[in-house]
Amino acid sequence: MRRSERRAVLTGLMFVSPWLIGFLIFTLYPVIASGYLSFTDYRVLAPPRWVGMANYHSLVIDHDYFLPSLWDTIFMFLELPLSLIMGLALALLLDQKLRGIAVYRTLFYLPSIVPVVSSAVLWMWVLNPEHGLINSVLHSMHIPGPAWLASPAWAKPAMILMDLWGVGGGMVIYLAALQGVPTSLYEAADLDGANGWKKIRYVTIPSISPVIFFNLIMGVIGTFQYFTQTYIMTNGGPNNSTLFYAIYLYQNAFQYFRMGTACAMAWILFLITLVATFVVFKSSARWVYYEGETR
Amino acid sequence: MTKRTSQILGHSVLILLSIVFFAPFLFMVSTSLKADQQVFSDHIQWIPHPIVWSNYPEALKFFPFLTYLRNTLILCAGNVIGTVLSAALPAYAFSRLKWKGRDVLFYTMIATIMLPSQVTLLPVFLLFRAIGWTGTFLPLIVPAFFGKAFSIFLLRQFFLGIPQELSDAARIDGCSEWGILWRIIMPLAKPAIATIALFSFMGTWTDFQGPLIYLHNEKLYTLAIGLNSFLGRHGGEWNLLMAASTVVTVPLIIIFFVAQKTFVEGIALTGRAN
Repeated sequence: MRRSERRAVLTGLMFVSPWLIGFLIFTLYPVIASGYLSFTDYRVLAPPRWVGMANYHSLVIDHDYFLPSLWDTIFMFLELPLSLIMGLALALLLDQKLRGIAVYRTLFYLPSIVPVVSSAVLWMWVLNPEHGLINSVLHSMHIPGPAWLASPAWAKPAMILMDLWGVGGGMVIYLAALQGVPTSLYEAADLDGANGWKKIRYVTIPSISPVIFFNLIMGVIGTFQYFTQTYIMTNGGPNNSTLFYAIYLYQNAFQYFRMGTACAMAWILFLITLVATFVVFKSSARWVYYEGETR
Repeated sequence: MTKRTSQILGHSVLILLSIVFFAPFLFMVSTSLKADQQVFSDHIQWIPHPIVWSNYPEALKFFPFLTYLRNTLILCAGNVIGTVLSAALPAYAFSRLKWKGRDVLFYTMIATIMLPSQVTLLPVFLLFRAIGWTGTFLPLIVPAFFGKAFSIFLLRQFFLGIPQELSDAARIDGCSEWGILWRIIMPLAKPAIATIALFSFMGTWTDFQGPLIYLHNEKLYTLAIGLNSFLGRHGGEWNLLMAASTVVTVPLIIIFFVAQKTFVEGIALTGRAN
């Protein structure tokens, strides 16, 4: 390396050092440490004891809750297409020239800035089986509402419903992307005689596919880590129907102090996330279009 | 369809949806002002009668808002300062300096955004526990001073858009990279800095898992876990709970309206970053 190159590397490293040091202490070391701990029996008070694959083995074979917690989490993936469709539909609705459109945008966006704790507490009340908002409205239409969070069958759909209230967060990102679609594409589609739906299908969606892709990736990662709402509203119940992966991991770590088991769960989560992200990335070549790309 | 009918149709759909989205807010505020017996009436009564303002002071008796607010603001201030200070330097090196190894480190950083937090959570907790920091604000502030990947990424995207000629001219005048960053780039990047400051503020205000794990003394509770513990002790007293919930939510809504421009720019920046 020439002297000037070496200097450039040194300057570069100096500038990134705040992040680099943080990366070593708060990311790389913990990833390795939790990998190591996942092969130990570690209950905090006594030093970790090497047990090989025992934690992984007992999670998959013996634990009654591990696999169900994984399936329950996978159920929550239903939310991804729903919030994609709703977010996109709202964004398309708001991408019009109407008077007062800014007011609507603000209204739809507001729920997504409410702190999760507040919205969880609020929705426990909205979903209250007897006096909650939803069942009262259903009742006035003579439809008997379900018990929502108190029902093993309805607790997960209830949480999806609550999350869809915050769909405005995704909506504004789609909206920003919609406004970046060149009008010339729509004009060309008009010339070809495309109708409204065809324009959405063949112009709009391909044009904003990178943003859909980004939201999808973040959604996949977020769903596996679904925690706060559930911790507050049901803490895994009723009847363990919302004992999601992250909740069970937290309980292992901070309620049962089985750090080794919790670390094994964390590493399994890490690997699942890697595979899932990889699959989405791989599939993206088929449906994500980048501007200026030729194919 | 004429323009007029399509406009009327558009408005009716939007108004209907607005009602759906806004109803939970109304329900929260309306419940927070109701007397006990009206909370549990058979049909929804949107207008509280009588209006029980005293629910708020009553809720705040069990929910020490000012203490929780002070704690939350300390954490927010620490995180905002730490995030902004530690994002600028790496963002500069990742965007406006050419050096070997830059891209490898940059993609490593991007990959960390996708790392599930649970993988690092426990060893970091054990580390802070070993040095006796659990039960203090330090574990919730100090990491922010070591660069948050997403903030660095956003700032880098913004730095990339600043014309290279500005830096070249300054270099010819003998300005160091350090000087270029602080005297030329940072003043130009104010909107982006405001964005990451705002995101960091909102994220810290809302954060639940961090305070839940590290703070056990009620005197150190943030609004988020304070509200949760209030729920634990006063579950079922919905009017008081809704009052507390409103009090936790309103400051963020005010900040949203004050900083709306920064929000919009932040979203545009996130959108372009893709």
